[in-house]
Amino acid sequence: MSDTHAQSVAYVRETAIPPAPAPVNAAGPVKWMRDNLFATWANALLTVAALYVLYLILASTLPWIFGGLWTTSSLAECREILQGKSAACFSVLSERWNQLLFGFKYPSELYWRPGIAFVLLFIAFAPVLFFDLPRKLLILTALYPFVAYWLIWGGSILIPIMALAGFVGGYVVYSKLVTRNFAAGFFGGIAAAAVIWIIGDYIVGALASDTPWLTPVPSRDLGGFMLNLMLGVTCVSLSIPLGIALALGRQSSMPLIKWICVVFIEFIRGVPLITLLFVASVMLAYFFPPEATVDLFLRVVIMITMFSSAYIAEVIRGGLAALPKGQYEAGDSLGLDYAQSMRLIILPQALKISIPGIVNIAVGLFKDTTLVSVISMFDLVGMIRGPILASTDWNGVYWELLGFAALLFFVVCYGISQYSQWLERRLATDHR
Amino acid sequence: MADIAENTAPKAAKMQISDEVAISIENMNKWYGTFHVLRDIDLTVYRGERIVICGPSGSGKSTLIRCINALEEHQKGRIEVDGTVLSSDLKNIDKIRSEVGMCFQHFNLFPHLTILENCTLAPIWVRKTPKKEAEATAMHFLEKVKIPDQANKYPGQLSGGQQQRVAIARSLCMKPRVMLFDEPTSALDPEMIKEVLDTMIELAEEGMTMLCVTHEMGFARQVANRVIFMDEGQIVEQNEPEAFFNNPQSPRTQLFLSQILGH
Repeated sequence: MSDTHAQSVAYVRETAIPPAPAPVNAAGPVKWMRDNLFATWANALLTVAALYVLYLILASTLPWIFGGLWTTSSLAECREILQGKSAACFSVLSERWNQLLFGFKYPSELYWRPGIAFVLLFIAFAPVLFFDLPRKLLILTALYPFVAYWLIWGGSILIPIMALAGFVGGYVVYSKLVTRNFAAGFFGGIAAAAVIWIIGDYIVGALASDTPWLTPVPSRDLGGFMLNLMLGVTCVSLSIPLGIALALGRQSSMPLIKWICVVFIEFIRGVPLITLLFVASVMLAYFFPPEATVDLFLRVVIMITMFSSAYIAEVIRGGLAALPKGQYEAGDSLGLDYAQSMRLIILPQALKISIPGIVNIAVGLFKDTTLVSVISMFDLVGMIRGPILASTDWNGVYWELLGFAALLFFVVCYGISQYSQWLERRLATDHR
Repeated sequence: MADIAENTAPKAAKMQISDEVAISIENMNKWYGTFHVLRDIDLTVYRGERIVICGPSGSGKSTLIRCINALEEHQKGRIEVDGTVLSSDLKNIDKIRSEVGMCFQHFNLFPHLTILENCTLAPIWVRKTPKKEAEATAMHFLEKVKIPDQANKYPGQLSGGQQQRVAIARSLCMKPRVMLFDEPTSALDPEMIKEVLDTMIELAEEGMTMLCVTHEMGFARQVANRVIFMDEGQIVEQNEPEAFFNNPQSPRTQLFLSQILGH
């Protein structure tokens, strides 16, 4: 480097300094460790202590996991082979995996049906979860409930077709009438759907053959993790729209609607879920006509949906309250009507604010589906507590079974959580 | 702002005012609970008029213009906008709102939509304009407010002045017959105030009927053909800007003007 001008005040650089790598101890992993792990002596002590605790945990669990047995046929056999050594007896999983996943009554030759329904679930939900996908794919989403119902429960294909026809007919009537009057469209649509369903009921009764393409499986034969997933997916998908409606209803200027929503939300929130489930399993029958046999699965879905929609409504109300009044006024001042300004301006923003809360409730709801085991439905936990632990072969295998249940739930819940964080980043347009 | 006023003052004289009534307010009263906010307001706005409303805070000037597009409900009296009488009928209210543009102090752009989507939303959903056409109109007005290159950004990425100009463009996309401005420059830096006022001046020169609540007296002198002074929910004085500023009649107006022009 030139030092011709080094002593003068006026200075002109004559040679460029080439870029050089930083010293090893000022960058890279060494610096990171020094900054974050060994910054002070207390810090270093904590690091060492933490590493030691980590070592103790792994030293006891890893051999237990990797030394686990997968091929024995009972716990007694496991103990015989291990001879006092500590290791897992995963054989219970490899022998009973089908019961854990599908319950103990679902016919094993039909496992492919829920399997396909599970794969289709991802295809159906993709356009809802990832809205950059073409909007036309939403047709798949709309068809999915009917296809999944047919696959899982089997029976005559006319049942889901008639159910679908009712929705389509109701929608057509609604869209015809709604241009004139919302109330006419709303009630007209419901009436049209009801008429189609009643007619459809007769058609199904008359035409359904005794040997349908798919063997029917009754609801009480459903079980295992499949039941948890079915309850979780159905209840979350139903309770979000219901929660939005309740939240908007609670803000309504019409006293009757507001009053109904407030009472519903406050009542449902004040009652434990387990109480509602007992009502579903025992008492709800009193409210239906004696000849009607409403499926237990449906009754549980209704109760869990009501429960979580009340919570979701309150979360969304928080989101609505967080929006500045100016957003409502701007929508109004442009001449948008109530439905338009809600759909285009208010809800997209309020829901975005509510994402963490809604996900919180969705995750909680999914885990709460294990509560159905107390009303003798054999979901994953019900299977473990009931048939598996009660069997003479596997009585006493707690860690492996409950660990497996925890792992399955963790995978799903962590997935939901990761998706929601992606969604929040994707929707961030405020550039604060 | 005084220098702008002097430079372009003659232009204001050229602007034509028709004798067609755009807004007529008769004996309008409003209460917040028991508080009497607006008292016996009578005001007729002719097409092409530019009216500046000023007054101390709490005098009801914002409430007055918010009553015109029914953001606030009045309890007594009659408001007629463009031949439509404002009643509690929602269809009626939506019709008036789609004919009356409004700009707010805090812009109230929709933060989850791009600038272009902000501008096309109402034409597409309220006027049922095809998307392509709405976008062309939006780009036309964005060019007019001199920010066409920001069309695909989000409001949060723009400066305050730019946001307010987008808000003006958004209103213009509905092709309103009347524009209401509720303190459009009160939340802006001095430099940004000028760019927004320039946009408003341009709009006035094109003959837009405008009601502005503002404290920009230079703007009032240059653009307004009538200045209204309000206090305690009443119209205290109204006059042409020249006479209003140089020779205010009421002592309350004199006091107000001496306060705001005193430094």
